[in-house]
Amino acid sequence: MGTSQLNAEGLRQSLEHLAQRHGIDQWDLGASCSDDTSVQVDRGEAKQMKAAQRSAITVRAWNTDGLVGITSTSDLSAEGLERALLGASEASAFGNPDDAPAFSPLATAALQPLEQPLHEPVNILQLLDTLKDAERELLGRHAAIGTVPYNGLAQRRSQRLYLNSAGAARQQAMTTASLYLYARAEQSGRKPRSAGAVRLAYGAGDLDIAGCIDEAAERTISHLDYAPITTGRYTCVFSPEAFLDLIGAFSSLFNARAVLDGVSLSTRESLGQQLASPCLNLHDNGLHPGNIGASSFDGEGTPTRRLTLLEGGVLRQFLHSEATARAFGVAPTGHAGMGAKVSVGPDYFEVGPAGSSAASGGAAGLDHSRHQGPLVLIDSLSALHAGVKASQGSFSLPFDGWLMDNGQRVSIEAATVAGDIRSVLNNLIGFEGAAKVTPDGVCPHVWVEGLSITGEA
Amino acid sequence: MGGFGSLWSGRLEALLASGRRAGADLVEVFLERTDHLGVLTEQDRVTSVSPAFGLGAGVRVFLGSRDGFVSTNDLSDQGLQSALEQALGMLGLQVASLSRAGGSDGFDGLPALRDHASSKVSWLAACPGLAEASSKLLEGTARLERHGRHLQVRRGSYSRDWQEVLVAASDGTFARDIRLHQSLGLNVLAADGDHRASLGRRYGTSDSPDDLRRWDADASALEICDSAATMLYADYVEAGQMPAVLANRFGGVIFHEACGHLLETTQVERGTTPFADKVGEPIAHEAVTAIDEGLSPGAFGSLSMDDEGMEPQRTVLIENGVLRRFLSDRAGEQRTGHARTGSGRRQSHGFAAASRMRNTYIAAGPHTPEQLIASVDRGLYCKSMGGGSVGPTGQFNFAVDEAFLIENGQLTRPVKGATLIGEAKEVMPRISMCANDLELAAGFCGSVSGSIFVTVGQPHIKVDSITVGGR
Repeated sequence: MGTSQLNAEGLRQSLEHLAQRHGIDQWDLGASCSDDTSVQVDRGEAKQMKAAQRSAITVRAWNTDGLVGITSTSDLSAEGLERALLGASEASAFGNPDDAPAFSPLATAALQPLEQPLHEPVNILQLLDTLKDAERELLGRHAAIGTVPYNGLAQRRSQRLYLNSAGAARQQAMTTASLYLYARAEQSGRKPRSAGAVRLAYGAGDLDIAGCIDEAAERTISHLDYAPITTGRYTCVFSPEAFLDLIGAFSSLFNARAVLDGVSLSTRESLGQQLASPCLNLHDNGLHPGNIGASSFDGEGTPTRRLTLLEGGVLRQFLHSEATARAFGVAPTGHAGMGAKVSVGPDYFEVGPAGSSAASGGAAGLDHSRHQGPLVLIDSLSALHAGVKASQGSFSLPFDGWLMDNGQRVSIEAATVAGDIRSVLNNLIGFEGAAKVTPDGVCPHVWVEGLSITGEA
Repeated sequence: MGGFGSLWSGRLEALLASGRRAGADLVEVFLERTDHLGVLTEQDRVTSVSPAFGLGAGVRVFLGSRDGFVSTNDLSDQGLQSALEQALGMLGLQVASLSRAGGSDGFDGLPALRDHASSKVSWLAACPGLAEASSKLLEGTARLERHGRHLQVRRGSYSRDWQEVLVAASDGTFARDIRLHQSLGLNVLAADGDHRASLGRRYGTSDSPDDLRRWDADASALEICDSAATMLYADYVEAGQMPAVLANRFGGVIFHEACGHLLETTQVERGTTPFADKVGEPIAHEAVTAIDEGLSPGAFGSLSMDDEGMEPQRTVLIENGVLRRFLSDRAGEQRTGHARTGSGRRQSHGFAAASRMRNTYIAAGPHTPEQLIASVDRGLYCKSMGGGSVGPTGQFNFAVDEAFLIENGQLTRPVKGATLIGEAKEVMPRISMCANDLELAAGFCGSVSGSIFVTVGQPHIKVDSITVGGR
């Protein structure tokens, strides 16, 4: 990998100098750079080897009316920086007086320490050999697995910083690595089936490659024996990954920006109301050790922290930026991006029972493998970008999964699951098994009653 | 920033020669400058203005069927040389030492620049500025207020993407272009009690600085408000297998997703298309002829040259149901044998080019739209499609934003929440009727080489049977 690096002090001095020259009293800057290498393989051969050195800055400037403008660039030269600052200053004339961002009051508050070991990059040819071995191993798991059409092994070294004219200075450096294996299997006279697995770590040497191969193979093979499902209403069990995807797609429920914009199903008055089954707790916790690549501060420099969203199904707090927090009269929560209109988004969900007792944690002893009667086990959801209407609450999504019936498991040929997120949250029966740590959050299997399944039977 | 031009030829020749001497079969350099403006209006306010500009390079080295690709924001001689050396290293090659340097190893230098940009240098300056773009967009949200009922949210968005590219390769490719894409979106959220409907439309054109000025905000607002009023009180669709009539324009997204991607050589390389060995064979109903081209004036997916410096072609993919050609880029040609079609495209310098669609559509047929609807006893009319995707086994899915039931050959009540699912191999033979009202619509396509500007299109088409997901 290359050696891209941000010089925080140099950037600060340059911006201070430029701001003074152009009469700009208030500014802030977010910057990032990264060195990436990645490989893909195809049946034992290198398919693509890539590297990238990226750098980007975003500058905001406030004018004398307190309005903010923004400009972004990948040109970190002196000319680029000046053009960005002047562009932001020009854009500030179009700032929104009803919703002008300010510096976060927490931009200089202490950060929670994160355990993120930095790893030296591995030579790309070594990455290639590792991925070739993984592909070979996966192809050897079953005669029907003919290709692994989507695969990749990547590593990144990155740095980000936040500076503002009031003296805030945040910096974070990290290394991360990822592996994904998505296999395709086909048996004579049958349709092709596919499934995969992903692993993340702080370095390529720490990736759980064997676990990724095992999971990809097990999931792919389990879908070989498939049958169509009859359209109807079913009790559904969401895998941790599937439920986290669904919650993520409807995270505007918990997003103060979306509430203020009128596109959330929640309103200001929703705080304190029962939004979900009493057995559900939901937190956002970017600091969870399972959150590989966690940020210690958000786009406005606010420290990342754990936030209770639902407690016993009751909505407790929203995710906030500085501006939305000010509008609600609370402190920023560390979920902001950076912009003239600052976006807000979740970090890493923790889903689980509200308590350990049967009454507070939902139905006890749930076990899909021993359930009497039909049950749909939803392994993974697809096409969330197309099938979710977040502002309406509705979804209709293709999924991979199995029909469970008295302990028998048959893969479902092709089907969609449809419903309303409010009904899902209210018809949540309970949880099964221990919470699983995934790239998007922590969650056990989740049981939900009465969802519509459309099949081809 | 100065523009790219023939002044770069000396620097690029040195770089390409260096790569060839190291043993590469082919070296390609892609240089890019960008200038972006985004404006968001909500209700009657400008709520976000987001200018951005950038520059970068992508260096790709081929050796046999393998390639290495490195991107960087550093366009200095040292930055480009470092990128080249990294790409060579991926293939086990090293830049030759100075004592060995000298011979060009088959690289005879770059020819004169093929400059597609010379007539386009004034485009960026001719585009609407911040004030004009904001004002026009506010006109759009004001028209929504005038025409709509129960509108809780009114949004307008404008995006102007200007890009200058220079492609140089050791096979003698040396070409420059300037691209300009403008797109406009209007979105509403209508709410009345428990009833909610969110709808939007996006309009996009290329290569015309005046397009925003010519935009008919009133007509766009009327169209969206009519749809919102229709869908606000619609019931959820009943799921099942049924015939469907898909409207023209953005209805073409179904062909783009379900079939178009499977006709890219990237899918042949992966072994993920069921059509890999079907050239010359029927893969669709004989009513279907499908075309991909980069030539339609002003269309979102049109190009003067692709991102590998090749001029685009008109590629007939399917003719009367028979598969004729695949879309191919440089790597695709090398690895699959399908000749290049001017379809090598990428979002930016950060991606290696891949075979991608441009303006893709099903050709017009002999029927009227009314004849298609009249031929259905009970089915679904999909007036407006949302997004969709295709999976690694060829299974596709599309959200339908606006739909009506067809009962006894007539459109009856509106329904919402429909998703169309199926497999291209099974659905293409079921497109049994095409109407005579072909229209195109602008869109964005995300795939292996990033998000690119494309056009989808079709006339009204009838699918004899498709799975409709709903509640």
